[in-house]
Amino acid sequence: MVSGLINENPIVYEIKERRDVRAYSSNTDELSVDAIDQLEVFDILFVRLSNSKALSHHIRDIKDPEHPYSLEQLKVLTEDSVEVDDTKSHVRVTFTPTVEHCSMATIIGLCVRVKLMRSLPSRYKIDIRVAPGTHATEAAVNKQLNDKERVAAALENPNLVEMVDECLSPSFE
Amino acid sequence: MDLMEKNMELIEVQKLEGHTDRVWNAAWNPVSPILASCSGDNTVRIWEQSSLSRSWSCKTVLEETHTRTVRSCSWSPSGKLLATASFDGTTAIWEDLGDEFECISTLEGHENEVKSVSWNASGSYLATCSRDKSVWIWEVLGGNEYDCASVLNGHTQDVKMVLWHPTMDVLFSCSYDNTIKVWWSEDDDGDYQCVQTLDESTNGHSSTVWAISFNAAGDKMVTCSDDLTLKIWRADISMMHSGEGYAPWTHVCTLSGYHDRTIFSTHWSSDDIIASGAGDDAIGLFVESKQHDSVNGPSFNLLLKKEKAHEMDINSVQWSPSKENMLLASASDDGMVKIWQLETIP
Repeated sequence: MVSGLINENPIVYEIKERRDVRAYSSNTDELSVDAIDQLEVFDILFVRLSNSKALSHHIRDIKDPEHPYSLEQLKVLTEDSVEVDDTKSHVRVTFTPTVEHCSMATIIGLCVRVKLMRSLPSRYKIDIRVAPGTHATEAAVNKQLNDKERVAAALENPNLVEMVDECLSPSFE
Repeated sequence: MDLMEKNMELIEVQKLEGHTDRVWNAAWNPVSPILASCSGDNTVRIWEQSSLSRSWSCKTVLEETHTRTVRSCSWSPSGKLLATASFDGTTAIWEDLGDEFECISTLEGHENEVKSVSWNASGSYLATCSRDKSVWIWEVLGGNEYDCASVLNGHTQDVKMVLWHPTMDVLFSCSYDNTIKVWWSEDDDGDYQCVQTLDESTNGHSSTVWAISFNAAGDKMVTCSDDLTLKIWRADISMMHSGEGYAPWTHVCTLSGYHDRTIFSTHWSSDDIIASGAGDDAIGLFVESKQHDSVNGPSFNLLLKKEKAHEMDINSVQWSPSKENMLLASASDDGMVKIWQLETIP
């Protein structure tokens, strides 16, 4: 197809079954309605904020910039990728780029950040990083992804925003 | 006055609402009760204090000039001009005409986002810095003319802030490359060189340095960083004033453990209180310890920490130059500018 893809042959994994949204919301005796947990961040299910739209807004469903697969399918993100501390309003996402020199790493990281920024309450502090040992310039990528001013400037670039929006758009309409 | 012996509190005087995006910076006018704030909404707001009610209100909005985020603003020493630095790559100079502000000049040249702008003590020079890694010095000529006098290269990454020394024409810059650089023109001929770099090997920061501030005398400096610390530095500037050559800056102490997120801003007040603003939504206030340790040198203690001063990251803290009261302005990602008063609790 298009030559020069960073990763010509991504490994596609079977994805885990989704929790039923309605079943989740009825478990209010087990889980505090206000607390945000790991799986919730992973799903970005906010029953109190959204309704059926929630199904299409999952960080697990963020599309890889180069292939028509989700980050979950490529195992770039898994449930274990997400660490949440709701009392401290802190979330950390660790993602695994498919290839060690993946230059798409910053785009993927940016997509995850934007998705979370748009979905989580504004009190949340978000840290994004590549899984240790999975990228050649790990420290450099992490530094860029977590520099608020650089992220803000990048998001004023219409081309970049278009790319991010494309990755975040639902796979089906 | 030993502040540590009193019970101090930072009281919120007023919340200034109006910006429709995060507020990056706030700057007090040096001569009048006016505050400027700049934002991700591409505008600058001018807030004025009413002499009758003592409350602050938005006098004017400077818009339709910058086409992207306005990242920082700085008043000239006379208080008549305001320089605004923007992600659109330009620095605008505004003149206060009383009823309104007029953009009298636009400085172009940086290749990408301008992060900071600073006037020297006499108002004869401006400095700007950018993600393009360079620091520019501009000469203020008559008739609203500004000329690029120097382009300083040396930083290896995005330069976050520039600041002129309060009494000498020595320029300081701090960067994403974790260093602070000092620029000086020894022969005073406008040929600025990097005369010192404060990096990890000289007890410097281990991550991005976001801000610099000097004490009133200009012989001490505080810097803050993504490494979660504030660092105090000193130099023998009397040596420089007497023409004995460059006096290097040395590390005095490191303040750590007070903020658990990036410290974006720090400001040293004229009565020696250091304020810090960080990504943990808190404002820290520090004073020099009275117990002088002759072995280790001066140390600083936390006077107070105002948790949840804002609902989101604090990007800027600035003490008012007014001698009357200890007023502090803070600007945040939550879109607010807040004015605080440091008071003694009876």
